[in-house]
Amino acid sequence: MTGTSKVQPTGPGVDRRPLSPHLSIYRLPLLALMSISHRITGASLVAGQLLLVWWLVAAATGAGAYDTFSGFVGSPIGLLVLFGWSAAFWYHLLNGVRHLMWDAGSGIDLQSAYSSAYGVIIATAAMTVLSWVAGLVVWF
Amino acid sequence: MTVDNARTLRTPLARVRGLGSAHHGAGAWWTMRLTSLALVPLGAWFVVSVISLAGAPLSEVRAWLGSPIQATLLLLTLAVTFHHSHHGVQEIVEDYIHVKGVKMAVLIASGFVHVLLAALSLFSVLKIAFGG
Repeated sequence: MTGTSKVQPTGPGVDRRPLSPHLSIYRLPLLALMSISHRITGASLVAGQLLLVWWLVAAATGAGAYDTFSGFVGSPIGLLVLFGWSAAFWYHLLNGVRHLMWDAGSGIDLQSAYSSAYGVIIATAAMTVLSWVAGLVVWF
Repeated sequence: MTVDNARTLRTPLARVRGLGSAHHGAGAWWTMRLTSLALVPLGAWFVVSVISLAGAPLSEVRAWLGSPIQATLLLLTLAVTFHHSHHGVQEIVEDYIHVKGVKMAVLIASGFVHVLLAALSLFSVLKIAFGG
């Protein structure tokens, strides 16, 4: 590239400054992915609160309202939403603990950050699967 | 009120426009950490409870919601969750929305919705707990 740069036009109106990474072509490193995932799961859980409120209001309202709620949660879409909620929940909780440890001043170096990142990913998968195995055992 | 301009780097114009720190940052930061810490055990307890109620009929759910210990823990979980959620949404909005009017509108709407949802869910638990 150093050879070609000489033949490219320079001068007023031609912006030759290096560009910052564009998100569309820049592959986020794992630690950046962990960071934005924390925010995305947090925002998803905000939306998931609607389900929680629906559950409680339906239970307080009566049998008809509760049947409607149970019908939705037990439907394929409802179960998919619930599965997404559970994965987002465990990720946000476990990665939240990771953030709290950083806030307490521990594990801030790069190697620890990577180790804890892998730990959070594995634990999220484990807790999500465990939750559903337990839930299905209780259900049936 | 007179302000000693020699003691601040802010211009009188910036001060008049209300820009700069509102000095609530440390409090907001601490609130987020404190609610996070509380939600680790409360959240885990909530998920385990919901799993134990999987497929349960309404009568069983109401009996669970009506027991003093479960109702108290759930009320605490709800209060802390909505508080945490409100602050979380505020952080996201402040990071991504920079048009002042839009930002204010979204923050106000988020606050109203959070209080509404909190009131609905807290009242529902209390209604069941008090035998309604």
